[in-house]
Amino acid sequence: MTEPTAKQIKDEKLYQQWGLTDSEYELISTKILKRLPNYTETGLYSVMWSEHCSYKNSKKVLRKMPNKSERVIAGPGEDAGILDIGDNQAVVFKAESHNHPSAVEPYQGAATGVGGIIRDIFSMGAQPIALLNSLKFGPLKDGQTKHLVNEVVAGIGGYGNCIGLPTVGGEIAFEDCYEHNPLVNAMCVGLLNNTDFKHGTASGDKNLIVYVGAKTGRDGIHGATFASDEFTDKKNKQRSAVQVGNPFIEKLLMDACVEIIEKHPEWILGIQDMGAAGLVSSTAEMASKAGSGLILNLDKVPQRETEMNAYEMMLSESQERMVLCVKPEFVDNVLEFFKHFELDAVVIGQVTTDKQYKIYHQYQLVTDIPVDSLTEDVPEYDREEIQPQRMIEDKDYQFVPDIDSLEETWNEMLQRPNIASKKHFYQTYDSQVKANTLVRPGSDSGVVRIRGTKKAIAMTNDSNSKYVYLNPFVGGQIAVMEAARNIVASGGEPIGVTDCLNYGNPENPEAFWELDKSVEGIASACEKINTPVISGNVSLYNEYNDVAIYPSPMVGMVGLISDIDNVTTNDFKESEDLIYLVGQTQDDFNGSELQMAQFGKLKGNLRNLDLDQEKLHQDLIRQAISQKLIKSCHDLSEGGLAVALSESTFENELGFEIKTGLSSAQMFSETQSRFLVTIAPENKSAFEKLMTTDIEYLGKVIATPEFKVTTANESVEMSGSVAAKNWKEAITCLMK
Amino acid sequence: MKFAVINFPGSNCDMDLYYAVRDGIEQQVELVDYRAQSLEGFDGVLIPGGFSYGDYLRSGAIAVHAPIVKEIIRFANEGKIVLGICNGFQILTELGLLPGALIQNGQSRFICETVALRVVNNETAFTNGYSKNEIINIPIAHGEGRYYCDDKTLSELEANNQIVFKYLENVNGSVEHIAGVTNKQKNVLGMMPHPERAIEKILGSDDGLKLFQSIINYQVKVNN
Repeated sequence: MTEPTAKQIKDEKLYQQWGLTDSEYELISTKILKRLPNYTETGLYSVMWSEHCSYKNSKKVLRKMPNKSERVIAGPGEDAGILDIGDNQAVVFKAESHNHPSAVEPYQGAATGVGGIIRDIFSMGAQPIALLNSLKFGPLKDGQTKHLVNEVVAGIGGYGNCIGLPTVGGEIAFEDCYEHNPLVNAMCVGLLNNTDFKHGTASGDKNLIVYVGAKTGRDGIHGATFASDEFTDKKNKQRSAVQVGNPFIEKLLMDACVEIIEKHPEWILGIQDMGAAGLVSSTAEMASKAGSGLILNLDKVPQRETEMNAYEMMLSESQERMVLCVKPEFVDNVLEFFKHFELDAVVIGQVTTDKQYKIYHQYQLVTDIPVDSLTEDVPEYDREEIQPQRMIEDKDYQFVPDIDSLEETWNEMLQRPNIASKKHFYQTYDSQVKANTLVRPGSDSGVVRIRGTKKAIAMTNDSNSKYVYLNPFVGGQIAVMEAARNIVASGGEPIGVTDCLNYGNPENPEAFWELDKSVEGIASACEKINTPVISGNVSLYNEYNDVAIYPSPMVGMVGLISDIDNVTTNDFKESEDLIYLVGQTQDDFNGSELQMAQFGKLKGNLRNLDLDQEKLHQDLIRQAISQKLIKSCHDLSEGGLAVALSESTFENELGFEIKTGLSSAQMFSETQSRFLVTIAPENKSAFEKLMTTDIEYLGKVIATPEFKVTTANESVEMSGSVAAKNWKEAITCLMK
Repeated sequence: MKFAVINFPGSNCDMDLYYAVRDGIEQQVELVDYRAQSLEGFDGVLIPGGFSYGDYLRSGAIAVHAPIVKEIIRFANEGKIVLGICNGFQILTELGLLPGALIQNGQSRFICETVALRVVNNETAFTNGYSKNEIINIPIAHGEGRYYCDDKTLSELEANNQIVFKYLENVNGSVEHIAGVTNKQKNVLGMMPHPERAIEKILGSDDGLKLFQSIINYQVKVNN
C-alpha cells in the first residue's frame, strides 16, 4: 500500500475516517504545525485526540469528582491510583472498559480487557492481587447473546486463570439495551510494599527508552478510535481493531516488572503500559508529563509481521508490551534482566530536551511534532445538555405492584437473571489462586488477606443502571452507596473508588446530561463517605443504531479491613440467631426488579437519597461488626428484603421464621440504606442499644430450609429448598 | 526436610506451595528454576499448578523438555518424594512417571470449586496422616483435569492400590472418579485438587495440611 500524501489527506478529508473533525484537523495544520501533517502524524493525532485517550468530551465533567483524601498517594493521571493503607503499604487499583472489542470479538475483547488492566497495576510497581469484573448483556433469550456471554466469560477466565490471579468478585446484569452493545468492565487490585512508586515519566536528557515484552503486530490498529465510535448495522465488523492476548507472556512480564522495580528501583526512571494507542500513547504521555522530548527509532521495535509501516507500528495495540525509561549506565543490566525472563527488551529511543516527538523509520524522519500537542493541545468540548424528555413526563409516576401470591412472586423473583445465582459463570474463574482469598464470589464483596499481616482488602463492583436511567443524579449516588454497603457488610472501611463511565454518544444532549448529572451524584456520594475517585475510564458512544445504552457508571470500590477477625459474610450461621432489618422500608418500586417483572419496563422517578442517614447506617454497622455483635450481614439491593433473606439461607441450608410490619409488596421494595443482619441471642440488648436508627426485629434463623413469613397482609410457609433450586439453577437453565 | 518447588515459566501456584511448606509444616523450601541442572540436597520435589509455557499445545507438553526435568526423573527413579499438583500432575503424566492422562473436563469448562474427596489409600507417603475413606474438602481449579486411562491400566492401578484420592461427586468426568494416583513404587503422587490451598481454616479448609504432614511422617520413618 502506498501511503496517501499530506495533501491527499487534506483534499480527500481522509482524516475524517480516523475520527478527526474538520476543525480539529484545521487546528493541527494551521495553528500547531503550521504545515500539513503527513500520514503517520495524522494517525498519531487521530488516536491521541480520540475520546478514549484524551477525554475531550468528558474532562469537564470528570473534574467534578473528588480525588483527594489523607490516603491518596496517586490519583487520576497515572496508570492507576494508589491509596496508603498504613505500615508502609499501599493498595493500587483501576477499572477499565473493553466494551467495543468485546462486542465484535468477545473472547479476545474480554481477555485483553483483563490483560490491560493488570498491566496498569504492575506498571506502578505493584503486585496484582485480585481481579473483578462487571458485565452487562442483552436478555438470555437468543443464541447470539448466549454465545457472547459464554465467550466473554471464557475470555475473562482464560486470561485471569492462566496468569494466576484470583477473580474474587463482580456482577452480571441483563437488560434489552445491552443486546448489541454489551459492557465488559474489568478491575484489578494490587499491593505495593513501598509507598514510593514509579511514575510513568520519561525524563533526563539522553536517558534511554526501552521496549519490553511481546512483539508488535498489526492487531488493534485504531482500537482507541474504534472505541470512540458507535455501532450500527452497517459497520458492525471492525475485527482488525481488536487485539489478541497472550496471558503467558503477560505472566512473565508481570513477574519481571514487579521484581525489577522491587529489587532495582535505581535502574528504572519511569515505566508505563502500552495500552490504548500503544506505542504513541505510552511514550508521548511519558515525555509530556516530564516536560521532555523523545526520539524513537522504529527499526528497533520487535515486530512479528513484515513490512509494517510507521503508522501501523505506532498505532498497533498489540498486547503485553511495556515502555521503560532507563539511565544509560544501567541499560545493560535492564536488558539482561528481562532476557533472563525470556522477554524481548530493546532500546528504541532516547529522551531529549527540545519537547519534540521525533520518529525515524528506515532512516527517514517520519514524524516531527511538539510532544505536548498530542497530549495537551486537544480541544476540550463543552457539550450541550438537555434533561431527557422521559424524566419530565414520568416524574410523578409511581409503579404500584400487584402481589396475588407472595410465594409465587417470591420464587419468580429468585429466578430473574439479574437476581439468580451467577455461579454458573464465576465458578469458571479461579478465585483462590495465591491462597489469600477469604471471601469468594457470591457474598457482598470479595475479600483478600494481606499475607503476614492482620489486614485484608474488600472489593466490589456495582452498577445498577436502571436507577441511573430513571434519575442519573440519584442513580449515581446509589451506585456509590451500594458499593459502600457491600464493603461495610463485609467488615471493611470504604477507602476509595475507581469507575468506568459507560454512556451513549456525548454529542447527544440527553446522553451528555445523563453523564454530567450521574457524575455529580457519584461525586456527592464519594465526598460524603470520603472515598476519592482515584482512577477510572470513560467509554462513550455505546449505541446501536442511534439508541444508547442506559447510562451505566460502574463503581469499583475498595475497602480496608484492619483485622481479618472482622471479615463478615452474608450467609446465616446458626439457628436461633436473631434477624434484624436495619433501615426503614418505603414504597420504592420505580426502577426495581419487581417493576421489570410485572410492568416490563422502567418508568417513574426515584426518591432522593438521604446521604446522612445512609452514612449513619454504614457507620453503625461498622461499629457493630468491630464490636463482634454481628454474625452475618447483607446489603439489601435488587429484589429487596425477600431476596436478601433467601440468599442468606442458601449456603448453610438454613431457614427463617419472621413477622414484619411490611406489606407483602414491600418485601420486594428496593429502598436504599438498608442492611439485613443476624446476631447471637445474647447480644440482643447490646445490638439494639448501639443501633440509634430504625431497626426492625424480624425473627429467627431456623435449622430447616423453610421460609415462614408473616407480612402485614398474610402468613406464608414456603420451601427453602425449592427457593434455593430456583435461584441456583435459573441461569444454567437459560444458558442451555 | 528440604523441599524444592519447581518454577516453570507460567507456573502460578509456586508461591502457594512454598508458603504451605514454609508456614504450614515449617520445613525448608526453595524455588528451583526450570533451567537448573541439579536437585542435589533436596529431599522432596513439588511441581506446582499453573499454565506452564501457557499450556497452548497440551497441558504440560512443553514443560517436559525443560532442563530440570531429567533431574526430576532421576529423583523419582531413586524413590524420593515427588508431588505434582494440577499442572504438576499433568506434567508427570506427560513424562510417563505416572500412568494415564488428563483431558478436558467433561463439561468443557474450567471449574473452580471446593470439592469433597475420599482418601482411598491412606498407606502412602502422602496420606498416612489421614484415615482410610476419610472425606476431605480440597479446592479444585482446572479446565483439563479429567483423569483418563484404559481398562488395563485401571485394573493395574486398582490391583496395586495406586488410586489415592477419588472425587465424591465426579466433578469433571474422570475415570472411576479418580482425583489422584501414585506410581507403582508410591513415591510419586499426582493430583488435580490443590491441598496447598487448604492449609488454613480461614481460607475455607485446612484438610490439605495432613498431606504435607504425612510426607514428614514418612521421611522420619525412612530415616529411622
